[in-house]
Amino acid sequence: MRIPLSWLSDYLELSDPVEELAGRLTRAGLEVAAIEEIGADWQGISVGQIVKIEKHPQADRLLVAQVDCGSGQLKLSVTGAPNIKMGQAGQKVAVAWPGARLCSGHAEGSPTFTVKPARLRGVASEVVLCSEKELGLSEDHSGILLLDPEAPVGTPLSELLGDTVLELELTPNLSRCLSLIGVAREVAALQGTRLEVSEPSYRAEGEPIAGRVGVQIAAEELCARYSALLIENIQDGPSPAWMQRRLRLAGMRPISAIVDITNYVMLEWGQPLHAFDYDRLRERAGGKAPKITVRRARSAESITTLDGVRRDLDQEMLIIADERGPIAIAGVMGGQETEVSEQTRTVLLESANFNNINNRRTVARLKLPSEAALRFTRGIPAELTERAARRAAELMSHYAQGRVSNGMVDVYPHRQPRRQIELAPRQVERLLGLSLDAERIGEVLGALDFDCEPQGESLRVTVPWHRLDVEIPADLIEEIARMIGYQHLPASLISEPPPSWRPEGALDLELEEQVRDILVSCGLTEVINYSLSNPEVEARLYPEGQAPDEGQYIRLANPLSSERGFLRRNLLAQLLQTVAANRRHRSRVLLFEIGRVYLPDQQDPDSLPAEPRRLALALSGARRAPSWNQKSEELDFFDLKGIITELLSRLGLEDTSFVPLSAWPFHPRRGAELRSGQQPVGRLGELHPEVAQRFGLKERTLLGELDLEALLAQSRRQPRGYRPSPRFPAIEQDLAIVLPEKIPAAQVSELIRQAGGPLLAEVHLFDVYQGEQVPEGQRSLAYSLRYRAPDRTLTDAEVQKIHARIGQALTRELGAVVRGSEEVAS
Amino acid sequence: MKQDSSELQAQVEALRTDARRELPQLKGLEACEGFRVRYLGRKGMITRLFELMKSLPPEARPAAGKLLNRAKRELEQALGERQQQIRLSSQAQQLEAEALDVTLPGRPVALGHLHLMSQTLREIYRIFARLGFQMERTREVESDEYNFQLLNIPPGHPARDMWSTFYTTRPGLLLRTHTSPGQIRVMRRYAPQPVRAILPGKCYRYEQVDATHEMQFYQVEGLAVGREITMAHLKGVLIEFVRQLFGQERRVELRASYFPFTEPSLEVAMDCIACGGRGCRICSGTGWLEILGSGMVHPVVLQNGGYDPDLFSGFAFGIGPERVAMLKYHIEDIRLFYSNDLRFTEQFG
Repeated sequence: MRIPLSWLSDYLELSDPVEELAGRLTRAGLEVAAIEEIGADWQGISVGQIVKIEKHPQADRLLVAQVDCGSGQLKLSVTGAPNIKMGQAGQKVAVAWPGARLCSGHAEGSPTFTVKPARLRGVASEVVLCSEKELGLSEDHSGILLLDPEAPVGTPLSELLGDTVLELELTPNLSRCLSLIGVAREVAALQGTRLEVSEPSYRAEGEPIAGRVGVQIAAEELCARYSALLIENIQDGPSPAWMQRRLRLAGMRPISAIVDITNYVMLEWGQPLHAFDYDRLRERAGGKAPKITVRRARSAESITTLDGVRRDLDQEMLIIADERGPIAIAGVMGGQETEVSEQTRTVLLESANFNNINNRRTVARLKLPSEAALRFTRGIPAELTERAARRAAELMSHYAQGRVSNGMVDVYPHRQPRRQIELAPRQVERLLGLSLDAERIGEVLGALDFDCEPQGESLRVTVPWHRLDVEIPADLIEEIARMIGYQHLPASLISEPPPSWRPEGALDLELEEQVRDILVSCGLTEVINYSLSNPEVEARLYPEGQAPDEGQYIRLANPLSSERGFLRRNLLAQLLQTVAANRRHRSRVLLFEIGRVYLPDQQDPDSLPAEPRRLALALSGARRAPSWNQKSEELDFFDLKGIITELLSRLGLEDTSFVPLSAWPFHPRRGAELRSGQQPVGRLGELHPEVAQRFGLKERTLLGELDLEALLAQSRRQPRGYRPSPRFPAIEQDLAIVLPEKIPAAQVSELIRQAGGPLLAEVHLFDVYQGEQVPEGQRSLAYSLRYRAPDRTLTDAEVQKIHARIGQALTRELGAVVRGSEEVAS
Repeated sequence: MKQDSSELQAQVEALRTDARRELPQLKGLEACEGFRVRYLGRKGMITRLFELMKSLPPEARPAAGKLLNRAKRELEQALGERQQQIRLSSQAQQLEAEALDVTLPGRPVALGHLHLMSQTLREIYRIFARLGFQMERTREVESDEYNFQLLNIPPGHPARDMWSTFYTTRPGLLLRTHTSPGQIRVMRRYAPQPVRAILPGKCYRYEQVDATHEMQFYQVEGLAVGREITMAHLKGVLIEFVRQLFGQERRVELRASYFPFTEPSLEVAMDCIACGGRGCRICSGTGWLEILGSGMVHPVVLQNGGYDPDLFSGFAFGIGPERVAMLKYHIEDIRLFYSNDLRFTEQFG
């Protein structure tokens, strides 16, 4: 909402400098987004009067205007403006002298230029006659600006048209401030001054309205009131200059007196009005008095609105209709057929109150936002219709020679209730932490037109008709706080002790953050992708035809783009895209993401979906950061497994295993399922080359996705007790075996442990070898085994016995050949 | 053969002179060993002189013994010094040969980086933990009921225009436009116990993405409900938060605002951290930066959460951590957060 201060001053005296006023309004909730100074840069621009207009001797489309610039100075200006004609004279215009700065009329973005004396086709052009666009008043460059005929010649333009405009950004509750008077009420209360709004004064000289128009409200729940006036004998033409100026400052385009007056009253009071051409209504009624009905549209009804578009209506839409059909969409847009025009002589002025929720729906369906709809959707008091109609009648009788009919049609089935609220000072104190007595409360609220009557300890507060937003005591308390100013309220930390500690939540938070820290220290960088994705991208992770179908996704009804029309079911697809994007400028990319996936319940698809947290990891490129003194190999499966193993160990997950997995999106022989006990909690592996290609990844990529909920739930909840360092030395013995390559290493080490029993303290695999001296299809595994007893030093004989037993077990169970051993004491 | 002591003395003297001449000539530890064998070894010259001493008259022997012992000690000491000298100088040579260009870059330790959002959220968690607020997780796909209706925003309410919503094809389900539905969930989880919680998480809005708008962003909702919670506490907590996060010298301004689920509602602004309140591009010339919305929980919302508004009151607030981070690190494009270009990501955490 744009508030020209010169207009606001009609209703009260402004006591503060503009910056202070703006700060005050902002603190009171009427956010001043900008303060616009109109005319501050109009140096060297003044009022002139055209004395004579002649044809340019050399150019058909140019005119030469002689302009009286005051103090007897006559200047020539060559112009092509279409809104002045040869032979005319007397217009008041804005004259820019050499040195003045103007906005360029033709260029985009309004760059400025400096006026210089020029010769146009041989004729001297000493001054420029300005358009609105050149003055920065609007985008209009269709002709020069014609000023108020009363404007004194020679006056600086800034004195005539200069102004300060506050640009208010209003929250939806401030519908009352979508009007000059509404804002004036706030300013008056904040300044502690009185509002001066004069009653409309005009003589209702016309014929009585009774019998000349019928109004019936058939949908009372959607139309609380419908007031109408007839104004006859109208001479529509341009509205007065002051009104045009105000409309422009407020951001509206002047059109004609009738339209401008309806807009002016809407800006002034916040009540949208609609003017019908009464004679057209009469014609439609076959020369009889038109009968107007406010009703819901019928199916298959349509209307051509005044923008020339035919619009189909539905049965929820409220319309204004006569006996022949719709003449306006209530509170949205009028019909073309009954629109006012230059020929209009009699206006039927509608000032009505429509249901804001229904209006909001219609505006959204028809995509027809407007200044009027903005006000209707936010809600308008029904009390307003009559005042606004009378104000419009006053202006039409003054500025369009209208003769206002005697009386008014005013159908008002649902009177706006007079709202009363009980408010006790202790309620104020309970919410604000500030003690105020009833008298002070009454004073503060009184400034905003609330009527406060003492009722024992409390106050009975009557809400003024123009405050639809105040319903409960808390609303009144907000008014008190706004008026006192939030900066004047006390501040303190909470005195109540905090609620009891909830260890589960705290631990969950701590563990999730710990996962991040562990992965960062393993060299991985965290990314956060969009939750919105699409099944096509995710289908790249699956063999042809095996991806989840769209029905298994949560799908947006109104996506911004087709790429982001669904909620993701996994983190991997976008993580791979992130890897690919970064590989273009990075030789190594190690990433992780912690985020939710969204899994609708297939049994009950309309219930809220599960949103489990997942952890995804992806590695690609060189194992080490590039450096002058180290060569680096490519990251492989065991890098990823090593990181995940470290993570599991740090989280204290004890019974985990990696089981071979042959499934997309992994390499069929390089994938693993992670299990905690018997429960699968994740998958990892080298990316299948087919999938890699689909994501444009040329290099080997390792990928894993873990069920973070399960990991955190199974993470060690209690700290593990301290274990003292061993007191007795260990004996270390190596064990090298050759066995079929198909036997998994995990099975071998498991068997070693089993056979070794409690005295085998550690099993460490230090070499895996295939090649010379190892038969085809076999491999050599070398372990270093440490034996130790908690209570004594082991003897060589004891160790030899166990070591031999392990060798025998490997041979017996797995067909391994033991290659010899070497003893090292430590 | 009888020796007299003066001859022995002369021989010791000669031996001393020879040794003193030879010692500085010794070039390496091997030469030193040769020297030791020759002079001090079991068949060395000192030993030989001791043998000669046996032929002296007994009364002359003690003096001669003393003389020889002193000479031996002297030689041993001088040899030791020479050996040490040689060791040091050869070590010095070796060290010189091992010279490194210490201006070459160090071997990189490739730690990863925390996302700026995680880093910012942690900072927010820490501050509120000190103020007694615990973290609660709440869901992202919500029902219209929780996202709007229970928050005092019935269908068709004009305030719905404040949030551009992503709806799903499943009736009644939408992506939460703010973390506020979490207020209801948390209240219902704990009512009638008091609550002091922060609820972080992703939110979504149907908005064309540009430098200042994202369709996905984070919010941190705060909620305190108790029997004696007033606006003074809201002010105290939020001013403390702003100052802990942006500096103790920050000036804080509270402005009336509007949210359907709080009454009274207010916006918290602080003096611009870039210009200190003089007015600049960051604060659009106003000198102030709005950083969070807040208010006293609306009685209807308290009731929907399971609290009797006559006995309980509360405050709530919502923080945009992207905005917090953008202000702190002078980031001018919100799209950088979720485009995951490592050239951005790796500058943080």
